[in-house]
Amino acid sequence: MGLLEGKRILVTGVLTDASLAFGIANLAQRQGAEIVLSGAGRGLSLTKRSAKRLDPVPEVLEIDVSSAGQVEAAANELGREWDRLDGLVHAIGFAPQSCLGKGMFEAPWQDVAKALEISAYSLKTLVAAFRPMLAAAQGASVVGLDFDASMAWPAYDWMGVAKAALESLSRYLARDVGGEGIRVNLVAAGPVRTVAAKAIPAFSGFEDTWSQRAPLGWDPTSSEAVARTTVALLSDWMPSTTGEILHVDGGFHAIGA
Amino acid sequence: MDKEAAFEKFKSCAVEVLHVPEEKVVPSARFSEDLEADSLDVVEFVMALEESFGVSVDESELDGVETVEGAFDLVYSKL
Repeated sequence: MGLLEGKRILVTGVLTDASLAFGIANLAQRQGAEIVLSGAGRGLSLTKRSAKRLDPVPEVLEIDVSSAGQVEAAANELGREWDRLDGLVHAIGFAPQSCLGKGMFEAPWQDVAKALEISAYSLKTLVAAFRPMLAAAQGASVVGLDFDASMAWPAYDWMGVAKAALESLSRYLARDVGGEGIRVNLVAAGPVRTVAAKAIPAFSGFEDTWSQRAPLGWDPTSSEAVARTTVALLSDWMPSTTGEILHVDGGFHAIGA
Repeated sequence: MDKEAAFEKFKSCAVEVLHVPEEKVVPSARFSEDLEADSLDVVEFVMALEESFGVSVDESELDGVETVEGAFDLVYSKL
């Protein structure tokens, strides 16, 4: 029997089959979960195309996190099919070009605001819209994808600030929904070569240092480690873990130099 | 599949996914400048090619591919 047998899980953020979210969706299915994907805007047609590479082919909802009304409508739509939501995977991030690789003094506030809205505030938007369904699951798990925001990175710039906001927000959300049995955790992943990662200048620089410094080594071409840990968090096997950030980085975060 | 037939198939993929007129899909056309395709468009186009031709293209193979000819040659070499 799979770890996620009978669970109903919404996975956001699948762009291609290299996406971390694709790896999660695929493994969740193999562990017995029934899944629905969501995509938005420019990425929606890609999400639909990638969905066909999953077995069984999941339904794809349009969820644009910049519109609370639209997210609410999507939640109502899903609510007609599912009476509860056991798991929600937040794999959503975006920053305008001015926010990445140009230092901290280029990006105007409206660009930074967009990065924060899509990459951090969206976790609140999703949890708010799906809260009744998550509560109905009596033990639901929300997992967000993070990149360790406890230090400054080359080129990551305002996206790093947005991830710091996401980390803080996940703790506050964990506080506010814990009474309903909903857990909220993040997975701080090492660098994996996804479409999203390609948008980050100097990404290959991260990669080299990472595999050298991480005690367990690191494979930037595989989403398997992130998928496994996320599935563990979605399962009933981490029932008292919330407000937590789990590093899935080969141990890189623990080593100074 | 001969090269000409393969290119016709390639072209119809481009028309469908990139929403460009057929006559613009010529070997020298550059994705960003001539076909106004951004990186997500190119990724989606490659996925469509993978499905249509039954081949698999690794993300890393796309580095440096900027023209229709470059993309076609990459796919054709896998047939």
